[in-house]
Amino acid sequence: MWQWLKQLYHRMGSPKWFYEITERWIPWLAIVAGVTAVVGLVLGLLYAPADYQQGDSFRIIYIHVPAAILAQSAYMMMAVAGAVYLIWRMKMAAWVAKVIAPIGASFCLIALLTGAIWGKPTWGTWWVWDARLTSMLMLLFLYFGVMAIQQAMESEDGSYKAAAILALVGVVNIPIIKYSVEWWNTLHQPATLTLTEKPSMHPDMLWPLLIMLVSTYVLFALLVILRTRNEILWHERKRSWVKKMMES
Amino acid sequence: MHPQRKKRLRLILFLVIAVGAAVGLAMYSLSQNINLFQTPTQIANGEVPPGRTIRAGGLVVEGSVVRDKEGLGVTFRVTDGQSEVPIHYEGILPDLFREGQGIVALGQLDNSGVFEASEVLAKHDENYMPPEVQDALEKAHLDGKAKMENANSSDTDTSYGKGAGY
Repeated sequence: MWQWLKQLYHRMGSPKWFYEITERWIPWLAIVAGVTAVVGLVLGLLYAPADYQQGDSFRIIYIHVPAAILAQSAYMMMAVAGAVYLIWRMKMAAWVAKVIAPIGASFCLIALLTGAIWGKPTWGTWWVWDARLTSMLMLLFLYFGVMAIQQAMESEDGSYKAAAILALVGVVNIPIIKYSVEWWNTLHQPATLTLTEKPSMHPDMLWPLLIMLVSTYVLFALLVILRTRNEILWHERKRSWVKKMMES
Repeated sequence: MHPQRKKRLRLILFLVIAVGAAVGLAMYSLSQNINLFQTPTQIANGEVPPGRTIRAGGLVVEGSVVRDKEGLGVTFRVTDGQSEVPIHYEGILPDLFREGQGIVALGQLDNSGVFEASEVLAKHDENYMPPEVQDALEKAHLDGKAKMENANSSDTDTSYGKGAGY
């Protein structure tokens, strides 16, 4: 098992191998992401019962929660890719970190905007400076910082390294986001979905949410793969395998 | 692992842990300021000087909501289970405002100990369920309460939302 993982890891470092293997994954990922999104949204928006307190306005949860969870996972993945680049100097890792940043930032922005739209009818305000909302805004700014540094320097290598260090420093914000609703008094309610406890949600409402979560992760994988392939083609454009492929 | 890489790995781990510790200490020392609102107990203990603008948060006490005869004024009390603070507010309350609901009010404590609010926000909890399930739960809850009261006439129930059901 360990040997196999090690082998996979080394292979992943090869742009050519990554480009060829993902060719076959793309249509499947697109189908799964599309079907789960349609099923999840139809179930969530049309079939799930209205909430006892919030009525229909709770339905924005089906966009808000997956986007917020993904914004945080994407950040962790970006930081891990950055660490791999710093330690092993693997070019592929730098490219993956580079393509994740704008995707993660987009999901973070979606979470903040849908949160504001949800907040107005339920809390009575678009925005409040509580610990959860503020730390989520910090995550967006961290993404912007990483994106800016990735483009900042003359040498690509230097900017990737500096961006990876910022990404790693920013990891400290992730547990703050997660536990903000427990450590401090916030307007935002505590988590509904946790790994350790039963979700505090009716099953008819929960299933669409879980389907939307799967859909969002698959969509994220698809976006990262597509963008990484572009990076590969650009950086390897002078290599013979790309030239050969372009000619044929 | 290559010794050079091992060194870099250690350096990165050290960086992450050191930053984590530094931020953790800063957060710990600032935790009073990070709290969005003060609880009724903190206010009752005199931790908040009158006239300073703060947020007060708690559950609206059942049966405490009194509307002014004229205008939009409303007076109610909030509790955290230990202390209560009276709040007066002029304006439109959010839809989720109701008795038993968590709220956060922005305003100042006046000299008579009434919290004069300029903004009231409603909290909602992390439980989601259809209204029928809530009705059934409430009925079961009331039945259970009646049974307990019959049994030993001591009622120690304080469950609002949390722990109810799922």
